[in-house]
Amino acid sequence: MESSTLFSLRLSLQVAAVATILIFAAGVPIAYLLARGVFRGREVVDVLITLPLVLPPTVTGYLLIVLLGRNGIIGGTLYRWTGWSIMFTWQAAVIASFVVALPLMVKTARAAIETVDRNLIDASATLGHSELWTVVRVTLPLAQRGIVAGLVLAFARALGEFGATLMLAGNIPGRTDTMPIAMYAAAASGDRSGANVMVLLFTAISGACLYAANRLGRRTA
Amino acid sequence: MGLSVSISKKLGTFSLDAEWAVDDELAVLFGYSGSGKSLTLRAVAGLLIPDRGTIELNGQILFSGDDGRVVPTQLRSIGFVFQDLALFPHMTVEENILYGGHGVSSRERQERCRDMVRRFRLTGLEHRRPVDLSGGQRQRVALARTLIRRPAALLLDEPFSALDAPLRREMRGLLREVQRELRIPVVLVTHDLTEALELADMLILYVDGRVEQCATPREVVKQPASGSVRRLISPELFQHRDKHDDNQERAASILPICCAGA
Repeated sequence: MESSTLFSLRLSLQVAAVATILIFAAGVPIAYLLARGVFRGREVVDVLITLPLVLPPTVTGYLLIVLLGRNGIIGGTLYRWTGWSIMFTWQAAVIASFVVALPLMVKTARAAIETVDRNLIDASATLGHSELWTVVRVTLPLAQRGIVAGLVLAFARALGEFGATLMLAGNIPGRTDTMPIAMYAAAASGDRSGANVMVLLFTAISGACLYAANRLGRRTA
Repeated sequence: MGLSVSISKKLGTFSLDAEWAVDDELAVLFGYSGSGKSLTLRAVAGLLIPDRGTIELNGQILFSGDDGRVVPTQLRSIGFVFQDLALFPHMTVEENILYGGHGVSSRERQERCRDMVRRFRLTGLEHRRPVDLSGGQRQRVALARTLIRRPAALLLDEPFSALDAPLRREMRGLLREVQRELRIPVVLVTHDLTEALELADMLILYVDGRVEQCATPREVVKQPASGSVRRLISPELFQHRDKHDDNQERAASILPICCAGA
């Protein structure tokens, strides 16, 4: 395997892993609030989080540039204060993957949390436990398989992120060319053997992820 | 002292209007399915917020519609045994029981848990999951888990309905013992007349969301407060019951005793 392919593979795994950690941290509370919380605008939050699942990745990427670009709403302030911009860095690829893959995790985890028997949650309260403790000891452990299945799906999606990543992180060889982007470059430049290797690798990894997610999802107790 | 309830709640077309008070005794809420017994129990535990009224336990106000005071479920010190028992499937017997010991120091909790295991004949089953237990064992775990915290009242929502007759009888005996020992208000919901007559110190009869009568079983049998109470406790009721049940027989033997004694 060429060193550039190896770099792309490593970068993709790194980006997807970091994005998945962030998705876990943000996704579990969001999924819980959507499943159990009663607050105004719950469905609005759901729609906002799900949108990247159906929007063209270029639209998501464009919106992220508007937010995080050097002249963006958040990115502009950050650039003025620190002189650093996230644009065209591997961290930008993480952000793009995070936004695009988050809905997969939230949807799956929300469904798993909603199936936890209401009586068990009530029982925990009658035994003197607060809602937070109940979440930690009862709700999340019982929804665990669904949450892990959601994370695996999100990881697979993050690994395959292309459109938004290209817009936000660009295609800088040796810096931001994740596997899908390197793959595009290889195919566009007629590098058939490089493309073939990456296709095989990708299909194997993604297939394994889907298989794992299915197995986890099916055995949700 | 004791538990007093005076609440109303509208749920769709159903309206609940319940008023009763019990001392440190075993009270049975009896009535047809859907007459508001379980709703009342849930309101006492704080799992359902009434529209109006008050709930008071040993002088402490748990709910007051007038000033909007609602003590949250987890601060009520009320044990609740659910119809499906609601044992935590991901915890062992021991973990389930220990989980009930909230607010008790760790050493004390371990000690009480050992007591409970002995008391409810669960020795040797400590490390099993609920799914690997028999119906009666599960009942006893649910009781142990609820009682380890020494609640100020115990509520049971048709806990024995899934058991066969001999086991149900055994559990009734156990519940009686528990009540005598703890001397707290114990309120049981059932739609099984035999169970109601056999267990109740105080029988609270529900008809269509209202309390029709509140008296000892003997008084209820002797002087039903209304036609609907008479229908509710009439022995003919048994003839439509499940054939696999020994209710008929038992009711036939209990009712005359109640009446003769009265």
